[in-house]
Amino acid sequence: MIDKRFTLAEALRDIKDGAVLMIGGFGAIGQPDFLVNALADQGATDLTVIANNAGWSRETGIPKLLDLGRVRKIVCSFPKNSPAFDDLFRVGKIELEIVPQGTLAERIRAAGAGVPGFYTATGVGTQMAEGKETRMFGGKTYLLEEALHADVALIEAWRGDRWGNLSYRGSGRNFNPVMAMAATCTIAQVHGVVELGEIAPDAVVTPGIFVNRIVSIPAEAKA
Amino acid sequence: MIPAGVAPLDRPQMAARLARDIPEGWFVNLGVGVPTQVADHIPADREVIIHSENGILGMGPAPAPDAVDPWLVNAGKKAVTLLAGAALFHHADSFAMIRGGHIDLCVLGAFEVASNGDLANWTTSSNDKTPAVGGAMDLAVGAKRIWILMEHVTRDGKARLVERCAYPLTAPGAVTRVYTNLAVLDVIPSGFAVVEMVPGMTLDALQELTAAPLTMAAA
Repeated sequence: MIDKRFTLAEALRDIKDGAVLMIGGFGAIGQPDFLVNALADQGATDLTVIANNAGWSRETGIPKLLDLGRVRKIVCSFPKNSPAFDDLFRVGKIELEIVPQGTLAERIRAAGAGVPGFYTATGVGTQMAEGKETRMFGGKTYLLEEALHADVALIEAWRGDRWGNLSYRGSGRNFNPVMAMAATCTIAQVHGVVELGEIAPDAVVTPGIFVNRIVSIPAEAKA
Repeated sequence: MIPAGVAPLDRPQMAARLARDIPEGWFVNLGVGVPTQVADHIPADREVIIHSENGILGMGPAPAPDAVDPWLVNAGKKAVTLLAGAALFHHADSFAMIRGGHIDLCVLGAFEVASNGDLANWTTSSNDKTPAVGGAMDLAVGAKRIWILMEHVTRDGKARLVERCAYPLTAPGAVTRVYTNLAVLDVIPSGFAVVEMVPGMTLDALQELTAAPLTMAAA
């Protein structure tokens, strides 16, 4: 029987020092804080974090990892409004790779789709173009951007089943479905595990092929 | 200097002025800040579909405080609602809409706009203390048109409409129209062309507040 349901500790046990992590979420919606907080307890360090933001509230999620000194590098589009990030960045204790949001999403999608790189007009004629290969198509200049892969993706979904099929809610989808495709091991926190078939085939947004482990958030952790 | 008796538009008036020019049926992305206010001024009988880059088409107004859906925010991380007919999707699809040229209009704020359409709106220095680009560069090259909504000069009275941007670029040659608190200007091959001014404003006075040559747009 295929069963991707894991306990929290088992799901995160093999995340190693130096791992490259994708962390879903946008504006605190769809953020897998239950997993990220547990990773802080698990202790993996020297991490590279790929996420849209550098987190918000200091007590939870990415800022918690930052304050513990576990993150060596962050790849994101919008690291503003994260005091934990600011404190490290100001004193040069964290490396930052800033990526336009659409390029970030597409680099992740490309990794998931087996596309090693692609050309885009985003960033042409700006600082983002420095050191990047360019090519003309139809008289217009484009930048070469490379796929972005991770060892582990930590994501949040609404419902999950034991095959790893996932549904989402509201604007909680954001980066989660593409990150699920782009990591060697994708771990999803879900707001409820349901029987196979309960997420109607038409309603499955992330098919289980992209998901390795699901962890149900207990009621007391949702408060 | 703004001539005596001339009343610059306030921010809601600026947003309302721009909203008047958005035709029915357009897909529109509104940047964070003043551009977000444009949505409040689209006439109720005109169907315009608002896109939010975090995965929403058909975004509605802010909810009543007691009706907030904790699972629904806009690109500025504020609570929003969905209109009947709305659609939700993930980030790669959302930016395919932007980068694939499916968005009719994006309204952004700016630090500077140059007379060749260059846009600077993401960072004020090359070693900003926390640089953050978000989706600005994707929107600036991907949307069918970029309209800028901003005050004509900075708080210190410095021109924002310039010959060449001093700040790092978001995108070269991206802007086609600028709505300020004093005027509406098109960016045409020869530079800024003034489409209209607030009552009492003169071309000479506007030129004084602009660091690039102005012409009157052909009527």
